[in-house]
Amino acid sequence: MSAGTAKVTSNRIKESRDNLLFDIFVYTFLTIALIVVLYPLYFVVIASFSDPYMVLRGDVIWYPKGITFGSYEKIFQNADIWIGYVNSIKYTVVGTLLNVVLTVFLAYPLSRSYFCLRKPFTLIVLVTMYFGGGMIPTYILVNKLGLRNTMGSLIFVGAVSAYNVIIARTFFQSNIPSELEEAAEIDGCTKGRFFFSFVPQLSKSIVAVLSLYYAVGHWNDYMKGLLYIDKREMYPLQLILRGILMEGQGLANDFADVDEIEAKLKLAESLKYGVIIVAVIPPLLLYPFIQRYFIKGVMIGSLKG
Amino acid sequence: MEAVKKSWVHRWKKMLKRDFHLILLCVPALIFIFIFDYGPMYGIQMAFKDYNSRRGIWGSEWVGFEHFIRFFNSPDFWSILKNTLWLSLYGLLASFPFPIFLAILVNQVTRTKFKKTVQMVLYAPHFISVVVLCGMLNVFLSPSTGIVNNLLASVGMERIFFLGKASLFDDVFVWSGVWQNSGWGMIIYLAALTSIDPELYEAARIDGANKVRLILHIEIPQILPTIVIMLIMSVGRFMNIGFQKAFLLQNTMNLQKSEIISTYIYRMGMLSQQFDFSTAVGLFNNIVNIILLVIVNTISKKLNETSLF
Repeated sequence: MSAGTAKVTSNRIKESRDNLLFDIFVYTFLTIALIVVLYPLYFVVIASFSDPYMVLRGDVIWYPKGITFGSYEKIFQNADIWIGYVNSIKYTVVGTLLNVVLTVFLAYPLSRSYFCLRKPFTLIVLVTMYFGGGMIPTYILVNKLGLRNTMGSLIFVGAVSAYNVIIARTFFQSNIPSELEEAAEIDGCTKGRFFFSFVPQLSKSIVAVLSLYYAVGHWNDYMKGLLYIDKREMYPLQLILRGILMEGQGLANDFADVDEIEAKLKLAESLKYGVIIVAVIPPLLLYPFIQRYFIKGVMIGSLKG
Repeated sequence: MEAVKKSWVHRWKKMLKRDFHLILLCVPALIFIFIFDYGPMYGIQMAFKDYNSRRGIWGSEWVGFEHFIRFFNSPDFWSILKNTLWLSLYGLLASFPFPIFLAILVNQVTRTKFKKTVQMVLYAPHFISVVVLCGMLNVFLSPSTGIVNNLLASVGMERIFFLGKASLFDDVFVWSGVWQNSGWGMIIYLAALTSIDPELYEAARIDGANKVRLILHIEIPQILPTIVIMLIMSVGRFMNIGFQKAFLLQNTMNLQKSEIISTYIYRMGMLSQQFDFSTAVGLFNNIVNIILLVIVNTISKKLNETSLF
C-alpha cells in the first residue's frame, strides 16, 4: 500500500518536473519567436529617425542614435509619395465599398437553403477559385473595355473574391438561418424589408471582416497597378514604393546639397526606412482595432473550406 | 409525358417567381464575375492561336499546340520549371510545419497577457505588403550598408550580397515568407485546438499523461483533419507561388534561379508582347495545378475521409 502510494507520488513529481521543463521550453521558444518577428520591424522604426550615417555604418542596433527627423522631412516633401497616398486611399475606399456590396448581395441568396438557383450559382463562384483566364487574357480584356489607366481596372478586376463569398455565405447560414426569415414573414415582414433592415443589423461583424480583407488587399496591391496603370499621376502607393525601395528612384535627387554621388546614394538608402514606416502607418493604426475581425474571418472560413 | 413536363416547367416558374428577389440580389456580382472572371477565359483560346491584335482573338489563325511545343522545347523550360517546383517545394516544407508548431505552443500558454502579445505580434507581418517586405529585405541585406552585413562584418565574417547571389535566392525567398506568414497561419490551428473536447484531456490526465504526451496523443490526432485540409490547399496552390515577390526580388544576377513560370509569363507577355505564347504558358500552369489538386484530394479522401470537395 505505502509502496504504491510512494510510486504514485514519485510519478507525480516526475510528471510535474516534466511539465515544468516543458513550460520553460514553451516560454523560451515563443519569446525567441517574438523577438525574431518584432526586431526587424523595430529596427526599421529606430533606423528611420537615427543619424543616417550611423545607421549605414551599423552603429544603430538596439536604440536610435543621433536622433533626427531629417528623413521624414524629405519624405513629406516628396510629391510622388503623396500622390500615391491619395490615390491608394481613393482606390481602397471606393474599391472596398464595391467589393463589400457585391459580396454581401451575392452571399446572402447563396446562404438560403430554399433558394432554387443556389447550387448552380455557387458552382459559378467556386470555379473562379481554381480556374481563370490568366494574366494576359485579363490584360487584353481590360484594354478592350477601355479600362486601362482608369480606376475601373483596379477595382473591377477581382471585384468579387470567391473565398470571401464563401466566408460570407457561411456566416449568413449560421447567423441568419432561413427559419428566422420565415418567422419574420409570418409576422408580416416582407422579404425585401427583411434583407434591407434586419440583415444589416445582424451582419455587422461579417461586413467588418469583408471590408478589412478587401481594404488590405487594395492597399497592398501593386500587381494590378503594374499591369494596368502607366500614368504616374494615377500610380497607387505600392507602385511608387516599388520605385523608391527596390530601384532607389528619385531619392538621390532629394539631396541636391550633397556633392558626392556615393554620399547621395547612401543618404537615399537611409531614407528607405522612413518610407517603409510611412507606408505601413495606415494599416498599423487600424491593426489593434481590426485584429479580432481578421481572426473571426479565418474562423468562419475554416468552418467549411 | 406532356403533363410531367408541364408540371416541371410550372414548378420552376413558381420557384423562380418566389425567389425573384434573391436572383435580383445576385445579378450585380454575377455580372462582374462573368465579365472579369469568365471573360478572360474566352481569351484562353489564344493559347492555340497565332494572335494578331488587328484580327482579334476570334479572328486569329489556329495553330494547335505550337506554343506549347515551343515552350517545352525552349532552352529556358527546364530551368523555369525546376525553379518553380523547387521554390514551391522548399516553401511548402519550410513554411508548413511552423504554424502547427507555433499554435501548439501558444495553446499551452496560460498567461493571458503573454498569449495576447505573442498573437498580436506574430500576426502583424501578414499585413505588410509584398513591396514593403521586399523593400525591407533590400535594405537589410544591402551588401555595403545593410544591418545583416554590418553585423556579419562586425564579427569578422565576409559581407554577402544576398540578393545578387543566385544560389541564395531561394533561401531569402522562402524564409522571408516563413517570417511573414507563420503567425497568421497558426490561427486556424489554434481554432482547431480550442475546439477539442475537454473530456479527452481529463481522461488522459487521470492516466498520468504529462503535457508532452497530451500533445502527441490527443492534440495532434485531433487537429489532423485540419492539417490535411491545409495541406491539400497548399498543394493546390503549389505552382502559384507569388509572382509579385519573385518579380520584385528578381535582378539580372539571380535571374537563373529566380525566373519562375509566373514571372516568365509576365516577361513574355507584357514585355515581349507575345500574348499567345504566354497565354499558353499560363494555361499549362493552371492545368498542372488543377491536376495536383485533384490528385491530393483523391489521396486524402482514400486515407481519412477528409477532402475539399
